[in-house]
Amino acid sequence: MKKLLTATAATALMAGAAMAEEVKIGVILGFTGPIESLTPSMADGAELAMKEVSDSGMLLDGATVTPVRADSTCVDAGAATAAAERLVTSDKVDGIMGADCSGVTGAILSNVAVPNGIVMISPSATSPGLSTAEDNGLFFRTAPSDARQGQVMTDILIEEGIKSVALTYTNNDYGKGLADSFQQAFEAAGGEVTISAAHEDGKADYSAEVGALAAAGGDRLVVAGYVDQGGSGIVRAAIDSGAFDTFHFPDGMIGTKLEENFGSEIDGSTGQHPGTDSPGVAKFNELVGDAFDSTSPFTPESYDAAALIMLAMQAAGSKNSADYKEKVMEVANAPGEKIYPGELGKALQILKDGGDIDYVGATAVELIGPGESAGNYRQIVVEGGKITTAKYR
Amino acid sequence: MDFLNALVALSNFVLVPAIAYGSQLALGALGVTLIYGILRFSNFAHGDTMAFGAMIAVLVTWWMQSVGIGLGPLPTALLALPFAILGCMILVLITDRLVYRFYREQKAKPVILVIVSMGVMFIMNGLVRFIIGPDDQRFADGERFLISAREFKQLTGLKEGLAIKTTQGITVVVAVIAVALLFWFLNKTRTGKSMRAYSDNEDLALLSGINPERVVMYTWLIVAALATTAGVLYGLDKSFKPFVYFQLLLPIFASAIVGGLGNPLGAIAGGFIIAFSEVTITYAWKKVLTYLMPESLEPSGLVQLLSTDYKFAVSFVILLIVLLFKPTGLFKGKAV
Repeated sequence: MKKLLTATAATALMAGAAMAEEVKIGVILGFTGPIESLTPSMADGAELAMKEVSDSGMLLDGATVTPVRADSTCVDAGAATAAAERLVTSDKVDGIMGADCSGVTGAILSNVAVPNGIVMISPSATSPGLSTAEDNGLFFRTAPSDARQGQVMTDILIEEGIKSVALTYTNNDYGKGLADSFQQAFEAAGGEVTISAAHEDGKADYSAEVGALAAAGGDRLVVAGYVDQGGSGIVRAAIDSGAFDTFHFPDGMIGTKLEENFGSEIDGSTGQHPGTDSPGVAKFNELVGDAFDSTSPFTPESYDAAALIMLAMQAAGSKNSADYKEKVMEVANAPGEKIYPGELGKALQILKDGGDIDYVGATAVELIGPGESAGNYRQIVVEGGKITTAKYR
Repeated sequence: MDFLNALVALSNFVLVPAIAYGSQLALGALGVTLIYGILRFSNFAHGDTMAFGAMIAVLVTWWMQSVGIGLGPLPTALLALPFAILGCMILVLITDRLVYRFYREQKAKPVILVIVSMGVMFIMNGLVRFIIGPDDQRFADGERFLISAREFKQLTGLKEGLAIKTTQGITVVVAVIAVALLFWFLNKTRTGKSMRAYSDNEDLALLSGINPERVVMYTWLIVAALATTAGVLYGLDKSFKPFVYFQLLLPIFASAIVGGLGNPLGAIAGGFIIAFSEVTITYAWKKVLTYLMPESLEPSGLVQLLSTDYKFAVSFVILLIVLLFKPTGLFKGKAV
């Protein structure tokens, strides 16, 4: 009897849902290109949030949410613009979850989102340049700007009593952007950057680069690179030649590979990467289970980005971008009931009843300034060859 | 004391790395120059021949490590080197039989052979990636340092440290042995003399009864040995990655041409000239100068002529200058 009831209820629900309107959300990520290994689980994260909302049947009186995937390629602005244009004009999406890399995100924003008035929430574009982009209030991101990371790095180093550092960065938008924002923040805080030198990834030998860094000197070497690329080569050459004993590592350098490569040789080094001790992370991991890799970078951010779009729609009572763009900041920030992953149905109900929510999500979302994540970082220190958490900031 | 510190800093960041790099380039350039002198074309596949030889050394080293054969403080790769040379010799002989001999019999122009060698390069390139993959492979083992920066500081009480890696020491020693053997072979043995004769004047050599196919075969064997040695030493000292050997082609050719194509002595000199210019021009001299100059004259900038990004450009510029003013190279090779 109980089974029959459930089945009937489910059927009724589905029938109701089918009658209600359909919300389409574009998921535009680089499914091909340099970050193609990250994007599948990012898309899965976003679609998980959409499925949760559809299943709850609470959104806009029982609307279903359909994801529409498109390929941003991460590097080709032309292809990304065309793909986004297709999403908006032919698939008629009501919002865009994406894009991923900073360059294509900027291109889609100015060429497609702004002219068509479509809300866009990126889970992973970190370039400081996007903070000042012309967006008519349509663009948000659940990833912090690298300007924020530069500030956090500065705070950590100043607290450690480091006043003078040498800086090397991987020669691309990420490395250059991060290095510039760090140098600016560090010098403003009274520190000195003795040299800021680029390194190319994929070389066999970095002794010349390290020679220049060593000549400039500094209490610590800041390596804004990638751990499985030139970053490790630089650290290896610096240790071998005795140029530097301790280092500071931003997010691209932190991973198990770092422990494997160097172990206790880099004891005393510090670093930071986006991370939070909010209970949202654990809840998100639990929610995902074995369905996909929930710890892959930017996957929780993707869930949050998609969730924010739908919550804002509910708050505005409309799937029209012009209406709900005003609500994104409202649902993301205090005051209101705190919402964690897996509680989207509850949140939709509160909003429907005219209540207020504060979406915390998987990454402790807090949108500041022009609609970007305030950014929570995990400060690490290497002790006994292991990366350990110093604190969260 | 300041003078000693300056000297140590200079050795640590300029002299030691440049000597090791120069030895690796010299061995590579010797192979290129021998092919040019005797077979009369620029072998673009040389970098990938090095990669192939080094790859066999990596595979044999892994096998030896897994069954527990080792050399104690020395890297196991040295034991694997003879096998790698053998494997590389087989590869180049097969290539010669299948590809180059056909064009030799046609009396093809050097330009055509250069293009052919590029084709061979791409195939070897693919072969190496197919077998071992495009990623970094580590195969160095044994003692890492002859003397590490920390030990040196404790030993001498100087402010600057000097680190000499075992692989750097081995590179220089092996390079010296290889070059000595090569010169002994070219100058003292019958086959070596016939190779030089063939290089000097092909027709005259043929008339005096030298068998060209034998000369060609010996050349390939020697080139394979040199290329593998250079490849393994470079891989040991830095790391083994197929693409890196392809990039090495430019400094190797620059070395051979600067020294004078076809002249073995020139190849060695060229290797060291390129290595030292790459390192010294991109080195920031601030530290060394601070030790040497009186306080009032100490530099505030980095005193770096070129940023390290331009490392490869240095080989290009030297190549251009030499070709403009002395087209046959510093040691009177053949005109390119």
